[in-house]
Amino acid sequence: MGPLIPNDIISHEWSYIIAILIGLAFGYILEASGFSSSRKLAGVFYGYDFVVLKVFFTAALVSVIGILYMDYLGYLDFNSLYVHPTFLWGAIIGGAIMGIGFVSGGFCPGTSLCAVAIGKIDAMVFVGGILIGIFIFSELISFFEPIYSGYYFGNVTLVDSLGISPYWFVFIFTIIAIIAFIVVDIIRKRNKKIFYN
Amino acid sequence: MKAEKKQNKHIYWNPYFGGFLLGILIIFTFYMTGRGLGATGAMKSSVVATVDTISHTHAESNSYYSKFINKDESVLNNWLVFETIGILLGAFISGSLAGRIGLRTQHSPKITSRRRLVFALIGGVLFGLGSQIARGCTSGAALSGMAVLSTGGFITMLSIFGTGYLAAYFFRKNWI
Repeated sequence: MGPLIPNDIISHEWSYIIAILIGLAFGYILEASGFSSSRKLAGVFYGYDFVVLKVFFTAALVSVIGILYMDYLGYLDFNSLYVHPTFLWGAIIGGAIMGIGFVSGGFCPGTSLCAVAIGKIDAMVFVGGILIGIFIFSELISFFEPIYSGYYFGNVTLVDSLGISPYWFVFIFTIIAIIAFIVVDIIRKRNKKIFYN
Repeated sequence: MKAEKKQNKHIYWNPYFGGFLLGILIIFTFYMTGRGLGATGAMKSSVVATVDTISHTHAESNSYYSKFINKDESVLNNWLVFETIGILLGAFISGSLAGRIGLRTQHSPKITSRRRLVFALIGGVLFGLGSQIARGCTSGAALSGMAVLSTGGFITMLSIFGTGYLAAYFFRKNWI
């Protein structure tokens, strides 16, 4: 039963090889979906290209449905998976800063790496910026400490926070996503087309 | 214009196909490692390793760097560092096959490349800072978090995109 490496079904020596292979697939999928173009990515904020929303929501839905199915069928133990912890204000403030960074820079870290790999100079500058940002955070850790480690709710899921069944949540989430996919196509057709290469 | 239009339409995968494969990859990653994907983790390791090399005492005395420093092995001996090497290789292969490799600055014709680079740098700094406060970026916190229904992952995702839409007006000249 999965996860395979933590449960020693696949030995730890394989871990880094699998890491490179997973990264390879991740980079390939992102680049082939157009995520190495900042102008394509930024389209989601201006209504001329919704590839970010489509890829992102499809991936989130496929993964959550697949993981729940594998848990249901007994291949994977949902409770042994790492759940990103909830630090309420850290998530809100950090997310807000990243949101401004996204419209300003046109990339997020994963997509900027893909753009660096194909030679985009703006992406290299963006990655340089990320390194500076991390350095600033680390040097000023005592200033950020209260929001970084405060308002901690544990490794909670929406099942705990909202008291909703995961299956119902995924069902509602799927419907919201389908409506969003239809609506964004209507919005895109109404907006002026933006061309870029 | 016509040629560009054709390019926009055909060079990339259908987004639902890309999203589907990405979803499968996330399932595979959780199945193998019990954790999700990440992108900023390796950059954090690089910063920690650099600071540690320049001044070990400074890194040791800082409560953030010291969390990641281990006496026995390098900070860079880390799953996410290897995954990131993979990301660069994978994107390079995809870009090569599609003929997208080339050293250039991509920007709207209405702005100069200098302006583009300045805003890219500002965006990067903000993303670096925000990703540490939120303990993950769009990959590690939002995407991987959402896959296991993490509350924090959903909040981070809503916050990134919500703020993005709020701030979009002020940056419109750079994009449209």
